[in-house]
Amino acid sequence: MEKIIKAEHIVFRYPADTEENQKPAENPPILKDISLEIEKGSFTAILGHNGSGKSTFAKHINAILLPESGKMYVENLDTSDENLLFEIRQKAGMVFQNPDNQIVATVVEEDVAFAPENLGVPPAEIRQRVDDALKAVNMYEYKNHAPTQLSGGQKQRIAIAGVIAMQPDCIILDEPTAMLDPQGRQEVMQTIQKLNQEKGITIVLITHYMEEAALADRIVVIDDGKIILDDTPKKVFSQVEQMKALGLDVPQVTELAYELRKVGYPVSPEIITEEECMQALEALL
Amino acid sequence: MAILKTEGLTYTYSAGTPFEKTAVDHVDLCIEENKMIGVIGHTGSGKSTLMQHFNGLLKPTSGKMLLEGEDIWADKAKLRDVRFKVGLVFQYPEYQLFEETVAKDIAFGPKNMGLSEAEIQTRILETADMLGMDRELLERSPFALSGGQKRRAAIAGVMAMRPKVLILDEPCAGLDPKGRNLMLSQIRNYQKKTQSTVLLVSHSMEDVAEFTEKLLVMSKAKLFCYEDTYQVFRRAEELKQLGLRVPQIASVMQSLRKKGYDLPEDLYTVEAAKNAVLALLGKGAVQC
Repeated sequence: MEKIIKAEHIVFRYPADTEENQKPAENPPILKDISLEIEKGSFTAILGHNGSGKSTFAKHINAILLPESGKMYVENLDTSDENLLFEIRQKAGMVFQNPDNQIVATVVEEDVAFAPENLGVPPAEIRQRVDDALKAVNMYEYKNHAPTQLSGGQKQRIAIAGVIAMQPDCIILDEPTAMLDPQGRQEVMQTIQKLNQEKGITIVLITHYMEEAALADRIVVIDDGKIILDDTPKKVFSQVEQMKALGLDVPQVTELAYELRKVGYPVSPEIITEEECMQALEALL
Repeated sequence: MAILKTEGLTYTYSAGTPFEKTAVDHVDLCIEENKMIGVIGHTGSGKSTLMQHFNGLLKPTSGKMLLEGEDIWADKAKLRDVRFKVGLVFQYPEYQLFEETVAKDIAFGPKNMGLSEAEIQTRILETADMLGMDRELLERSPFALSGGQKRRAAIAGVMAMRPKVLILDEPCAGLDPKGRNLMLSQIRNYQKKTQSTVLLVSHSMEDVAEFTEKLLVMSKAKLFCYEDTYQVFRRAEELKQLGLRVPQIASVMQSLRKKGYDLPEDLYTVEAAKNAVLALLGKGAVQC
């Protein structure tokens, strides 16, 4: 498989604070030698507790941050080459936590058109791209609405449409559902899965919700600036004790299976969905 | 005894304009003392608007808002007292920190209440302890703390006023699983120690399932229900229609019940589900 993202031994630290706050003068690196390859068309979830470095890593993918040492390649383009910046950001788009911080225009379709306009796309094609992007996130009928009148889930889908209009090969989402209600979360997750499955867009999802991570093909766990687990959701979540020790969690059904196994019942450690849990319990009872 | 009571409380935004919208529609509620309550509802269901009535930030368009049996709008001069008695912590409260040190920031509310210096000091220390904040942090700048500690400092500022009712809007937004659990256990610890009423606005069904006794559910500007938590999660189908859901484990247990397994109706935490499944397995063994 073709690798769309290649991180090679990335080390990164934030610049020392100049203000006189009481932080230690020694500034420890946030990322300590991270190497990772992501396949084109895959869906990867990145987990880690607050401060683990996962968002810092994500910001390297579209060159918002540059490594102190090591290299980041997006479709073989080196993110440290300034001349490639536009091309890289067009290939890898980013969606953040708060939808209100990502919407710039007062009409939905104008907001979605913002990026292609800046890329110098011809007007007729912009029209086409905006329509396609809004349809892809199921928000086409809202194209003339004001973003302020939309729900959080809808706004977040507009932000995703704004990225899709650039026709990226990869979308990085940094806790896109953290501020949404259950329905909004579901809308956004369904949109992400659809983009991945139908359009073949590579997805990198950072999340604190284990049920969302369970939908990915692969989970990468970052702790203290290093990758410590990298496997399928089933394998990663089967490490219940290690996940808890890392300040993370596992889906509730995985935890139930784990608890039952601990007291001696033969339940598979690789249960991550409600259906699997149902089947296992029925077999047991 | 009821600490908060609403009678036909209705609130309409921009009344008389084309943007008129009724956000809270004839809500009758009676909230008890000494309870840990979860507040859930779809975005735009009116839960935040309702919460803002509890401490008099909004005045009902019609209906009444009662605190300890008294209409809070009867005497405007008493509104200040209402805000001391009902504390409201907004989402991302860490953006409201402003003082030089954490201790001074926490002291701001109590100082405005006119408490003595000694009493203020006691409250700062007690509150910091309840929230598991290291006392060394108290002399640091709040801006030098980590995200989770900043948020604790901000919440402590309201807790230190010892309100009879504390309303927290999504206190765990953006925290990792361990951080969420710790924050919620500390809030519950505060609630038990102060025997006050805490209202926890949350989008996480798993969190309210584990940490609250009662749930207040809003839908389309109306009160959908105000019942014991386990009773609310029995109504999985109705909750789904409201754009909410039940915790994953509750959903699995209900499906098993539907298939005829003899499980209790009120299983919505992993611990309870495990015990129920083990009980059932135990029974099976006896029969063999």
